[in-house]
Amino acid sequence: MRGVPLRRFAGFAVVASALIAAGPAAAQGPAPGEVNVYSARQEALIKPQLDAFAKATGIRVNLITAGEDAIIERMRAEARNSPADVLLTVDVARLIRATDAGLLKPIRSEELEKAIPSQYREKDGRWFALGLRARVFYYNPEKVNPAELSTYEALADPKWRGRVCMRSSSATYNQSLLASLIAHKGAVAAEAWARGIVANMARPPMGGDRDQISGVASGQCDIGVANTYYFVQMQNGTDAEKAAAGKVKPFFPAQPGGGAHVNVSGGGVATNAPNAANAQKLLEFLASPEAQKIYAEVVFEYPVRAGVAVAPQLQAIGTLNPDTLELSLLAAHQAETIRIFDRVGWK
Amino acid sequence: MTSLADTGLQVAKRRARLDGWTVAALLVAALAMLPVAVVAASIFVPSGDAWSHLAGTVLVDYVVNTLWLVAGVAALTFIVGVSTAWLVTMCAFPGRRILEWALVLPLAMPAYAVAYTYAEVLDYSGSVQSWLRATFGWGRGDYWFPEVRSVPGAVLMLGLVLYPYVYMLARAAFLSQSVCLLEISRTLGSGPWHTFLRVGLPMARPAIVTGIVLALMETIGDYGVVQHFSVSTFSTGIFRTWYGLGNLTAATQLAALLLGVVFLLLAIERLGRGGAVYHHTTTRYRPLPAFVLRGARAWGAIAACVLPLLLGFLVPAGLLAAWAAQTAPRVVDDGFWRDALNSVTVAALAAVLAVAVALLLAFAARLRPGPVTTWATRLSTLGYAVPGAVVAVGVMIPFGWFDNAVDSWMRDHVGISTGLLLSGTLAAMLFCYVVRFLAISFNAVESGMSKITPNMDRAARALGAGPWAALRRIHAPLLRGSLLTAAVLVFVDTMKELPATLILRPFNFDTLAIRTYELASDERLADASTYALSIVLFGLLPVVLLSAAIARSRPGHS
Repeated sequence: MRGVPLRRFAGFAVVASALIAAGPAAAQGPAPGEVNVYSARQEALIKPQLDAFAKATGIRVNLITAGEDAIIERMRAEARNSPADVLLTVDVARLIRATDAGLLKPIRSEELEKAIPSQYREKDGRWFALGLRARVFYYNPEKVNPAELSTYEALADPKWRGRVCMRSSSATYNQSLLASLIAHKGAVAAEAWARGIVANMARPPMGGDRDQISGVASGQCDIGVANTYYFVQMQNGTDAEKAAAGKVKPFFPAQPGGGAHVNVSGGGVATNAPNAANAQKLLEFLASPEAQKIYAEVVFEYPVRAGVAVAPQLQAIGTLNPDTLELSLLAAHQAETIRIFDRVGWK
Repeated sequence: MTSLADTGLQVAKRRARLDGWTVAALLVAALAMLPVAVVAASIFVPSGDAWSHLAGTVLVDYVVNTLWLVAGVAALTFIVGVSTAWLVTMCAFPGRRILEWALVLPLAMPAYAVAYTYAEVLDYSGSVQSWLRATFGWGRGDYWFPEVRSVPGAVLMLGLVLYPYVYMLARAAFLSQSVCLLEISRTLGSGPWHTFLRVGLPMARPAIVTGIVLALMETIGDYGVVQHFSVSTFSTGIFRTWYGLGNLTAATQLAALLLGVVFLLLAIERLGRGGAVYHHTTTRYRPLPAFVLRGARAWGAIAACVLPLLLGFLVPAGLLAAWAAQTAPRVVDDGFWRDALNSVTVAALAAVLAVAVALLLAFAARLRPGPVTTWATRLSTLGYAVPGAVVAVGVMIPFGWFDNAVDSWMRDHVGISTGLLLSGTLAAMLFCYVVRFLAISFNAVESGMSKITPNMDRAARALGAGPWAALRRIHAPLLRGSLLTAAVLVFVDTMKELPATLILRPFNFDTLAIRTYELASDERLADASTYALSIVLFGLLPVVLLSAAIARSRPGHS
């Protein structure tokens, strides 16, 4: 008598788990002619390129997207049985973290080496940048004379006290910006800069990149910092966004040793890729003129491949003179940036 | 608490202490605790000098802000939840019938969606402040306006969507209070206020506390709201330490510390309740004679009930609908319906599983009371207070280890590769949901169970029914309302769940919450609003059904 209830529960559990296990058959056993993509890029931003690849090659593309760090953690947990063939992510720090975790394998591809300048790829071919974005200023032309603007460093000058809109230091874009300053000027100067920026903030750091631009447009601050594609997306966005974008002007600041700070989106082939050949094909396709054109037009990123036109909307906001720093150098400073931000009270 | 064990009908004690029910409860608890244990075990792993850095800089902020958040949400959900529940249950005033069920609606609202909409409207560059500046010619610094992106702002957002937990449980408790007690109170000369404070409120205490604890666990685990408002709490600190410092170990240690706080909270609650017993001693029920409110009092009651409904549901839903109206034609395509189907399917599966597991635990605790089952149930419900992404990591690591260990063994001994058996499957996702939401289903089932007096058990057993027959024929029918509540709550929470789904899902598997997040994190709030609104709509139907079911479940209303 007493055994019955438990057996019924057990029976239910078995049936339930069988039902569940039957569900995800598609995720298992990659057949030839597939490529599995782990993407930290959102689906809407990467789907057009992947669809074009599937159409051009007949290779079926399976996709999951997740947060930058979560997806790396998942690949790590799945270890040698991970179905991941290609990792696509944003921010050079993530690419390097995946490399350090041994998740990406070196590939030799003349195609990729020819298409992508050397400062935008890992020297052994573990990762390749596929798109570039610059982090630049947006100012209120009624309050700011562009002649006053020059470098990132100058933004820490006391004359900007209470006038700057900045995003939280939890945003990787700010972390990489600070990392580039450390690479150029050393940690001490970078910390002094961060302290100066905190003193100059018009309000505590909040919101996303677009919120910094809206902050300038609404008069809360006189100058804000945001990535280039957000501004172009606002110019092509809702009526309110168009109005806000219309009230500010972009300015491309310089680095001490070069031009504006750039970051990348990119990818690499997974160490345990079951479809490594297809994975390489996909990366080569993403660096091809056809896919680079989609990057430019869908996401408003700067194409990493020379000779592919910048989207006219992006070109219209100014000419990019990118910092020439080798991006893989930023990784060494990543953890230091958070410590500096915490010390100077940049939330 | 008395129960079968001391009734003299100790059929159950025939065999050794480790019988089927206890073993089953322990097994479930061990499984449910696995992800939490993986997190807690991180305490023993060295994490470099991350802690001295955290302690010297931001840790104080995390602690202070988290405490304010917890205190604020506790106060807000208590005041709003209990007062509205008492008013609609015990008083008669115009609109009561509608408010009865409408007050549950904010539950269907994802907290992050409410935060997005209010921030969008109330920010410096939002429409309200822009209008003020344009109308009165004010500039920056000319006027004071409350900052929505702040700790009080976060308290308000979370309180507005979480008070229904307290409301529902308090209302169910008020409804099931024996009318005799309340009548005695009134014949002894107590007025409505006095009856509420001296009889109704103390008798409903376990239910109210359970509601507040659920709200607080969700508050502690929340990431969406505090992240959007740039409020540094434990939860944002965990992610900052993980992502920014690149130190997963220190991040899970923060989470483990958080767990310690939750455990303390639960222990205090247990201690406070002490040995008090809340079974109903009589089953005499009649429809409650309501306190009839008129004039200013009626208006006051209406205002007190409409305000939380307005702020927690009507305003944010209205704003979302207004934005969705512009973007829906573009956003609603085949993919939208596929995502909706995915959301509803996994939410329904998770609800069934979570209720089944909760029922198993509750039965085990009923049939084999004692420290073993008590601790097993306490520990297995801790997952609710851990941020979803951290639970997900706790699922991913042992599952990945298991898959790879099985695969290695099979390769070595059988010569075939089994690959990933669990990782990246719906099973892993559902497991994570059950771990995360077991607290909700278990509390609902247990609070229903605790109201069934052990006399029922004794009577059933005395009449010759075995324990299983008693459970099936006596407890299960009496629990129907609680089971439904549990299922609906888990369903709605799974619909809204984001971080664990994001990390654990199989290939090509999207849900409404994921799409909302992707669009919102790309700062495309107008497009995200259609998806956010659809989460609300799909979650709404079961919530309304639930509300109706609770109203019907009142003993005496047949």
